[in-house]
Amino acid sequence: MKFAIMVNEGPYTHQSSDSAYQFTKAALKQGHEIFRVFFYHDGVNNGTRFTAPPQDDRHLVNRWSELAEQHGLDLVVCVAAAQRRGVIDDKEAQRYGKDGNNIAPGFRISGLGQLIEAGIQSDRLLVFGD
Amino acid sequence: MGDPVVKKFMYINRHAPCGTIYAVEGLEVVLIGAAFEQEVCMAFVDDGVYQLKKNQDTAALEIKNYAPAYRALGDYDVHKLYVERESLEQRGLTEQDLMQLTYEDEDDDWKEKPSLKVVTRIELADLIAEQDVLLNF
Repeated sequence: MKFAIMVNEGPYTHQSSDSAYQFTKAALKQGHEIFRVFFYHDGVNNGTRFTAPPQDDRHLVNRWSELAEQHGLDLVVCVAAAQRRGVIDDKEAQRYGKDGNNIAPGFRISGLGQLIEAGIQSDRLLVFGD
Repeated sequence: MGDPVVKKFMYINRHAPCGTIYAVEGLEVVLIGAAFEQEVCMAFVDDGVYQLKKNQDTAALEIKNYAPAYRALGDYDVHKLYVERESLEQRGLTEQDLMQLTYEDEDDDWKEKPSLKVVTRIELADLIAEQDVLLNF
């Protein structure tokens, strides 16, 4: 089956990123396709590589990045939600005159159309949120 | 390419208009999604019914009032807005407390028609079961 995943909450504050990650990993293991993972609301905070949790805790951002690298996952952070919350890539940093970017490897910033497209193209859209 | 895929999308709004960003960012998805020419409806349940309340004023909160944007939904061809009766009743609200949202029906000589429809929880459950894609905000 072809799944799309939506993550609506930030890492560590809320279970949704963990649950979405565990689901995605399990689905891939069973041979399903993940069309896209879309991060919205505070979920965009899953896409900053500046995250530095204690060493004895899971590193959620790195987990997503590694999963993306292993499986060619499309991890999309909503541009409007990301701008509000200070998650930016190099292009956004230049546009807004910021002194750096913080997007994590494997993530890209794009628009809400990517979410709607994911809903249209996938067999199931799963929302992980509050 | 064959015919374009048309799916039934329902945006389920469960949060109050203020207090969290869910309602505002949810509305942004609906407005962007309108460009994809899918079969779209919205549902308002729990505190989400407050999103449709008349005379919202956010001045004291010093945040932007997004309530007028709901009036634009009809122009975006989003005109099936289901409001759960039980959620209204639990909050002491009636349909008269809600904004009058309308759209112009292109299949009926552009007559102005109401977009809001109050439905029972059971009716809403049936509507949810009909959908292809559910997005919760």
